[in-house]
Amino acid sequence: MPNCKSVVPYRGTPEQEERLQQVIAQHKGQPGATMPVLQAAQEIFGYLPEEVQIMVAEGLEIPLSEVYGVASFYAQFTLNPKGKYQISVCLGTACYVKGAASLLSAVEQKLGIVPGAITPDGKFSLDSCRCVGACGLAPVMMINNDVYGRLTPDQVGPILDNYK
Amino acid sequence: MNMIRSHILVCTGTGCSSSDSPKIIAEFERQLLEHGMDREAKVVRTGCFGLCALGPIVTVYPEGACYTHVTVDDVAEIVSEHIVKGRIVKRLLHKGDEDQGPVTSLAETQFYKHQKRIALRNCGVINPESIDEYIGVDGYAALGRILTEQIPPQQVIDTVKASGLRGRGGAGFPTGQKWQFTYDAVSPDGVKFVCCNADEGDPGAFMDRSVLEGDPHSVIEAMTIAGYAVGAHQGYIYVRAEYPIAVKRLETAIQQAKEYGLLGSNIFESGFDFDLELRLGAGAFVCGEETALMRSIEGMRGEPKTRPPFPAVKGLFDRPTLLNNVETYANITWIFNNGADKFAAIGTEKSKGTKVFALGGKITNTGLVEIPMGTTLRTVVEDIGGGVPNGKKFKAAQTGGPSGGCIPASLIDTPIDYESLGAIGSMMGSGGLIIMDEDNCMVDIAKFFLEFIVDESCGKCSPCRIGTKRLLGLLNKICEGNGEPEDLDALEELCEHIKQSALCGLGQTAPNPVLSTLKHFRDEYEAHVYEKRCPAGVCKALIRYTVDPVKCKGCTRCARSCPTGAIEGAVRAPHTINQSKCIKCGACMDQCRFDAIQKQ
Repeated sequence: MPNCKSVVPYRGTPEQEERLQQVIAQHKGQPGATMPVLQAAQEIFGYLPEEVQIMVAEGLEIPLSEVYGVASFYAQFTLNPKGKYQISVCLGTACYVKGAASLLSAVEQKLGIVPGAITPDGKFSLDSCRCVGACGLAPVMMINNDVYGRLTPDQVGPILDNYK
Repeated sequence: MNMIRSHILVCTGTGCSSSDSPKIIAEFERQLLEHGMDREAKVVRTGCFGLCALGPIVTVYPEGACYTHVTVDDVAEIVSEHIVKGRIVKRLLHKGDEDQGPVTSLAETQFYKHQKRIALRNCGVINPESIDEYIGVDGYAALGRILTEQIPPQQVIDTVKASGLRGRGGAGFPTGQKWQFTYDAVSPDGVKFVCCNADEGDPGAFMDRSVLEGDPHSVIEAMTIAGYAVGAHQGYIYVRAEYPIAVKRLETAIQQAKEYGLLGSNIFESGFDFDLELRLGAGAFVCGEETALMRSIEGMRGEPKTRPPFPAVKGLFDRPTLLNNVETYANITWIFNNGADKFAAIGTEKSKGTKVFALGGKITNTGLVEIPMGTTLRTVVEDIGGGVPNGKKFKAAQTGGPSGGCIPASLIDTPIDYESLGAIGSMMGSGGLIIMDEDNCMVDIAKFFLEFIVDESCGKCSPCRIGTKRLLGLLNKICEGNGEPEDLDALEELCEHIKQSALCGLGQTAPNPVLSTLKHFRDEYEAHVYEKRCPAGVCKALIRYTVDPVKCKGCTRCARSCPTGAIEGAVRAPHTINQSKCIKCGACMDQCRFDAIQKQ
C-alpha cells in the first residue's frame, strides 16, 4: 500500500527538522515552491510521513490537503520508508520485451515481497520502474545507484547475496 | 602550454556509465600519468556516441580509432600500445560489418553511414561539462549574432518558420508558428515565459536525455534565443529527476553560462536579460503533456487543463508561455548557424530536418540514431540497426510509446515522417523505436502499454481513468484465454469513445496501441479468442510446455531447475510435465541441452 499513512512510527531528528525549516525559509513566497520543498524533504527524511507534510504545509502557509495532493500524485514521492537497499526493476518497453517480467518475479521469489513493499528487516524494498534510460543494456535492475544490465533471472540471487 | 597529441574520448552517457566508464576514465588518467603521457594525451568525458549496445566506447583521435566493449583491464594496453607507441589495438576495434572487415572510423560503419547528426551534432564530440568546448564548436555564436546585431524578434521567428522545423515531442506542431503565437500574445503585466519539456516519459525513449547529457549548452542557447524572440526573460527546464547525470550537467552548464555572462542580465551588452531555472519532475508520465507540465512547475498536481486557452496565450502562471521539447531546441542553433534553407533542404515535403530515435528491443545495434526525415523503416532496421539478432524474423516496430502504434513487417518500406506514420495508425512520437520479433505477442504488447497508461492516468477525466481500465480488463480476459468474439468489437468501440472524449492528448492517444495492433495483427487477437492459442507463445494461460519423449535423455536437468517440482520421471527415462503444477516459467526449456522441451 504505497500511498497510505505510514505504519512505521515517525523518527525525525531535530537536526533533520532544522534542515527542513531552512529549505522552507529559502523557498517561501516563491511561485511553485511546493515540489522543490517536498523533493528536499524527501532527501532529508527519506520519505514523506504525515508529520513532515504538516511541517511543509505550515511552513509554506498552504493547505495540508494541497501538500498531500502533490505528495500522493507523483510516483517519486513516497509516504512509506524505503529499505536500506532499494531495488527497482525496469519494466520499460525495451526491458519488457527482453524478459524483465521474469526478472521481477525472480526478485519477488527471492525476497518474498511484492513491488511497493519492504522486507520485514528493513533491508530491501522493491519497486518496478518505467525506463531508467539504459535500454541498450536491457533488461535492467537498479539497486540504490548501481545499475545491473543484460540480466537473466538466475543472476538475481547471487547479486542480492552481495548486499548484506 | 601543453601540446596535446592525442585525445581519448570516453562516453559518459547513462548507458556507458552503467558499464563502468567512470572507472575506465580513472584508469586512463592513472596510466597516462604512469607513462608520463599526461601532458600529451587528454581524456575527454563526452556524451553519448549512440552505439549503446557496444559500450563502453572509447575513441582515440587523431586516428579516430573506435574501441568498443572496453574494460578497465584493456586500458593499460591502449595506453602502452596506442598512445605511447602509436599502434592501434586491433583486438578492441569496433568490428564493422562482416564483409568490410574491421574498420577504424565510426563514420564508415553501417550504423553511422545513413545518419545525419544535427540535434546530436556535439554528442560524443565535446565535453558537455566544458562551456569552452561548446564555444569552440560555434556555441553561443548564433545568440551573439542575434543580440549584438539587434536582429528584430520577428525576423528570428521568420527564420524558424522558414526552416520548417516541427515539434519533436510527438505531435509535430510547426515550431515557428508556436513562437509567433507566443510573440503575438499580450501579457497583462508584460511577463512571458519560455519552457523546455525535458520530461521524457515514454518507456524506451532516451533521446532527450542524451542531448542533455551530451550537449546541454545547445538547449540553453536555444532557449535564450527563444526568450529574445518571444519577449520572455525567465525560462524553466522541466527535467525528470530520474536522469541524475542530465540534471547535474544542466546545473553545471547553467552555472557556467551565468559566469560567462551568457545568462543573466544584459547578455552580450545588448540590454536583454534572460534567466533559467531547473525544475525536477517527480515521476508522472502525464507531466509530459504541456498543460500538466506547467501545473507541475506551479507546484500543483500535474493534471492537464482544457485547451483553449493554449499555453501560448495563457500558460505558466497564466502568462503567455512558449514550450518546446529538448530535441526541438537542439535544432535551433544549427538552423541559425547554417541557414533555414539548408535545414529545409533535408527531409520530405512536410517533415523537414532529422529525427532522433532511441532504437531498442530485438535489434542488434541498440542505441541512438538520427536520420533524415523520409528514411525508410527498412534502412533503420536492417542497415543502421543491423537487423534482428539470433536469426529471428522482424515482426513489428513500435513508435510513439504508449501514444503510438505498431508498424507491421509488411509496411517496412514506410518512410519515417509525421504524415506517413500517422497514415498507418502510428505516430512519430518523441522517438522511441522498439523492434519486435516473432517471439513477441502483439496482444501482450498492447496490454503492456495499457498497464502503463492505467498506472499513469492522472485520474482527472473519466474516459481515461475508467475507460483505459476497462480496456485493460478486456485485454487481460483475452490473454487469459477467456476472450469471447464480441470482446473484439467492444475493444474497438471503447477505443473510439476514449479517443473522442478524453481531456488531454495522452488520454486521446491512449487507445492507439490497441487500435494499431487490432488493425495490423487481428489474426493474433482472433487466435487468442477463437482458438485459445497465443501464436507467439507469450501469454502464460494459453501455452503449455511438453517433453518430447524421443529427444529426452532423462538427464534430470529440467526437473532440478523446476521451481514447483512439476517435472517427473526416472533418471535416463523420458520425463513428463505435470500441467497442474506447471507455472509456465520456462526454466526447464532454458536448461534443456537436447532441445526436448517444446512450447505450444
